[in-house]
Amino acid sequence: MNTFQQLGRYALTSFQRLGRANLFLLVVLAGIPGLAMRVRLVVQQIFSVGVLSLVIIVVAGLFVGMVLGLQGYNILVDFGAEQSLGLMVAMSLVREMGPVVAALLFAGRAGSALTAEIGLMKATEQLSGMEMMAVDPLKRVVAPRFVAGVLSMPLLAAIFSAVGVMGGFFVGVGLLGVDAGAFWSQMQSGVDFHEDVMNGVIKSIAFGVVVTWIAVFEGYDAVPTSEGVSNATTRTVINSSLAVLGLNFVLTALMFG
Amino acid sequence: MKNTRLVETLVGVFVAAGIAALFMLAMKVSNLNAFSSDDGYEISAQFENIGGLKVLSAVSVGGVRIGRVASIEFDQQDYEAVVTMTIDPKYNRLPTDTSASIFTSGLLGEQYIGFEPGGEEEFLQAGDSISLTQSAVVLEQVIGQFMFSKASEGAGE
Repeated sequence: MNTFQQLGRYALTSFQRLGRANLFLLVVLAGIPGLAMRVRLVVQQIFSVGVLSLVIIVVAGLFVGMVLGLQGYNILVDFGAEQSLGLMVAMSLVREMGPVVAALLFAGRAGSALTAEIGLMKATEQLSGMEMMAVDPLKRVVAPRFVAGVLSMPLLAAIFSAVGVMGGFFVGVGLLGVDAGAFWSQMQSGVDFHEDVMNGVIKSIAFGVVVTWIAVFEGYDAVPTSEGVSNATTRTVINSSLAVLGLNFVLTALMFG
Repeated sequence: MKNTRLVETLVGVFVAAGIAALFMLAMKVSNLNAFSSDDGYEISAQFENIGGLKVLSAVSVGGVRIGRVASIEFDQQDYEAVVTMTIDPKYNRLPTDTSASIFTSGLLGEQYIGFEPGGEEEFLQAGDSISLTQSAVVLEQVIGQFMFSKASEGAGE
């Protein structure tokens, strides 16, 4: 009986949280039009969410592209098709690796920071203070961060893919001696702009919404103690990473299935 | 707020870099580009069948790459494919009776154009066209002909 009660309680709290998260998202979305008057707030947040994530994205993209170049070459050379290396590197980056890995890194770098920041604001009662001054913290604090995250994510994913292709190019053409013309020509004839590049961009926008939503909600919903904030930060990274991977499967099945 | 101007500039740079990356993906990685940046002189050749030849495929003499395929079009008068090639300007001593053939590198590899220099004293100029051409070998056709000839041999006996 006790186990069933625990299971029931767990299910109920989970559904409650889900419902709160959805209501929260609606309120945040309703607050977005008001940001047209406060563009500076969004710019400030794009700086802390996007610009500060740039280094990790560029370095990771370069290494992922270089590894794809090495591994792809070793596989393709067995079939005498090493000239398709560019196509393979670009396809994997643009369709999958770019949006997904960039979103995972984004969750770790920017998502956790968002949760910790909002959670600490709550723990130190800054959010209550704003409410006292008749400033809606959802509009003043959460909405700009949400918009900044959604805007930054596709840009970061595009930078990741572009840098990764360059990394694959350095390894494939510079190190392994694949013909540069074949590298680019096979890539260009194989990768379609609407089919591959745009679908990757759509994916990264979806990931941006999911990761930022989870991050700001966990922060806003955190238990206002130091332990609560630390738990919320952990949950942000875990939940948004899992959400990205799961959503990626669904989107891939819909787009390319 | 800390140094708003610096923050705004960095955000501007970030957005520009993101758009530039997307632009690069559109132009360089996918097939949305309309320009080629190679400099060199152009010569053209007509083929009955170009097989799997693509724009940017290699043009080589004796296995050495001397240029690239710049464009491929279909001539409605002769019902043949017209391939325009950009040749590196330092290779400017190709005889006018050079022949061009389409080869495949390896069984599954890329197709490329191979030149076989002739013996004329005059050299190909920009805008010239090569008249001696040999089409790509389409593997399915070769296999089909082989099967057909085998079958007719069997019927004759």
